[in-house]
Amino acid sequence: MSHLITLQADVAKITEDAWQFVALPPSQQEVRKQAGKVVLFKLTGEQTVTPEQIAGTLIPANGKVLVPLTVFIARKTQLQARLDQKEVGVWLDTHESLTDLNQAQADLNALPIIAVHVERFADGRIFSLGSLLRSRYGFKNELRAVGDVLRDQLFFLKRSGFNSFAMRTDRSAAEAIASLNDFSRPYQGAVDEARPAFRRYNR
Amino acid sequence: MYKYDEIDQTLVDERVAQYRDQTKRYLAGELSDEEFRPLRLQNGLYIQRHAPMLRIAVPYGMLSSKQLHKLADIASQYDKAYGHFSTRQNMQLNWPLLEDVPDILAELAKVEMHAIQTSGNCIRNITTDQFAGVAPDEVVDPRAMAEVMRQWSTFHPEFALLPRKFKIAVSGTKQDRAIVQAHDIGMEFYLDAQQQLAIKVWVGGGLGRTPILGTVIREHLEWQHALTYCEAIVRVYNLHGRRDNAYKARIKILVKALGLDEFKRQVEEEWAHLKDAPNTITERELARVAQHFEPMPYEALAQHDASYDAAIASNPAFAAWAKRSLHAHKMPGYRAVTLSLKTHGQAPGDATSEQMHTVADLAAQYSFGELRVSHEQNLILADVKLSDAFALWEKARAQGLASPNIGLLTDIICCPGGDFCSLANAKSIPIAQAIQMQFDNLDYLHDIGELELNISGCMNACGHHHIGHIGILGIDKDGSEWYQVTLGGSQGNQASIGTVIGPSFSAEEMPQVVEKLISVYLTERNGEERFIDTVRRLGIAPFKAHVYADKNAAKAEGIA
Repeated sequence: MSHLITLQADVAKITEDAWQFVALPPSQQEVRKQAGKVVLFKLTGEQTVTPEQIAGTLIPANGKVLVPLTVFIARKTQLQARLDQKEVGVWLDTHESLTDLNQAQADLNALPIIAVHVERFADGRIFSLGSLLRSRYGFKNELRAVGDVLRDQLFFLKRSGFNSFAMRTDRSAAEAIASLNDFSRPYQGAVDEARPAFRRYNR
Repeated sequence: MYKYDEIDQTLVDERVAQYRDQTKRYLAGELSDEEFRPLRLQNGLYIQRHAPMLRIAVPYGMLSSKQLHKLADIASQYDKAYGHFSTRQNMQLNWPLLEDVPDILAELAKVEMHAIQTSGNCIRNITTDQFAGVAPDEVVDPRAMAEVMRQWSTFHPEFALLPRKFKIAVSGTKQDRAIVQAHDIGMEFYLDAQQQLAIKVWVGGGLGRTPILGTVIREHLEWQHALTYCEAIVRVYNLHGRRDNAYKARIKILVKALGLDEFKRQVEEEWAHLKDAPNTITERELARVAQHFEPMPYEALAQHDASYDAAIASNPAFAAWAKRSLHAHKMPGYRAVTLSLKTHGQAPGDATSEQMHTVADLAAQYSFGELRVSHEQNLILADVKLSDAFALWEKARAQGLASPNIGLLTDIICCPGGDFCSLANAKSIPIAQAIQMQFDNLDYLHDIGELELNISGCMNACGHHHIGHIGILGIDKDGSEWYQVTLGGSQGNQASIGTVIGPSFSAEEMPQVVEKLISVYLTERNGEERFIDTVRRLGIAPFKAHVYADKNAAKAEGIA
């Protein structure tokens, strides 16, 4: 049974996943700090991806692939033909930069899917990334949350512009659907409904 | 005060249903402890030493009589018939059952209350001046904007899981009483040169482990942009605030790491995109909310009231109380009245269900059915006629709510501490009680005059110890409880962070330590000089010398 929920015209469905998720191989060497981004590293504490990992990432030869941002940037030439066929999507971690993505791919809408990987469900950066992708970068295609995606964050993810949710596989995706509609009339404007309650209703 | 419409009520009702389901799933083992944790915290539920603690939201400290009656009933039915009013103007129950919380929330929803975002890594209850709307020095009544901001921050999807808690305070007075400088965002409302409502925005203040006063990020912001500007600030924080170390995760650390200039540059860059977005506040919305905060139907009264003057002249106990507990009001013949939750020997900020019912009745009878919670943990009836003050005093006194100690040494701000809180390193309530008993002589207390003594049981600083004129911090040394003393902290426009005077003390020593600090002040003060002003003039040296004199002498003897 699939654990992917997708929203199509505001209707949530469990759907089969057409995309192959391409993971980075585990790092063989000691993790280096983010060079040149000392302040950012200090603030977020994340690690960087090594060139060996990027080179060693195995991309399936056929079908639709969802590749890591670092691999997409470094190996874009190799992927270009499949990208033209709309068979390449990109996923990024919550500490990675949308600017980097946009520099590698000026027209984001050439990507049929962008996914944000959330390592721990409590990492709320995913909401800002979704909001920015929709409102700042004008991304219109499938926006998917992957990783530690749990039911009780779905409502916020939906409001932040996500329309696809790869639920953690040890939980029921069918039951989780209900939480997409935990609140019927939220106060503030967000991605899914830009107008706050005071502009939507005659209060 | 603000009354819910259908949209507000639906949201709160849906919250009850959502939380009921989350609790059910947790109890059924479908949610792990770790997964349930942020959910219950964002609903104010902590797992404590003895039982869970539930923190109920009191938005910007405003309560109706009806709501306070309900809180009293809930405390009776689900707890041990008392509640604790906190420094964020909220109310806490110390003994509810986790299984009962959904039912408590359903009861709260009946009186337009909830526990949404009273804890957890999200935007917390927005606080303000307890005298909002009645203070003579008020330029702008901040409550309508506080309510607009409350709605905006409630379940804001982008800011549902921030790196750490996020506190906003708003103020509209010349004399700041909302400690805007000690908040993640502080908003100071004023009228600009064009007589338009404008906001001075402070950012990066906060107490806790690393106390820092905020800095001004924008001198002038038009009120319409309050929400979008906050969104820009919180977005930069959400994306770049540290998430690897909870002690370094507050926005103040980010502001310090980037430097204010760089932080401001990033915020302004974000705001360039967000400015004029639909979350921009409309005139119509501000007016809609503001109508709930219209002035009360005051009577036209004289400045003085003969019966009040007579009672003051003939009854010294009433006069002593009135001197401390009555506060200036913008309307002639009216006063704001503080009912003290600092009766000597009681836990500061605690009120029994019976006391809550009494205060609710008093508010209904004497103050248009409304009251406020102050961050100093007292209750305030904001609109009392001078001619009613004596009757109010008699009734309040009968319930132990009329200690004449408001603003004095025993009006102690104090967190629940090690008796209740699982974060605490040391007990705080017994220290407060011991100090109150040490200074039980009223004449002496009034002679000492204005003095703010704040106690926190750990460096999370819920008791605001850094900004106490005397601050006491409970610390853990080798498994036993010790207390560190700071001097010279202050809230208000001249906000300052206190300085540690030296090695810490045992619980037993604390009343004597405070006594010694006071004796230095009484010897050194010039005329009417307040304690804090003497500390500022002399520095901590003479205080330190006297407090440690015996210890140093003992040490010297030991060496000899």
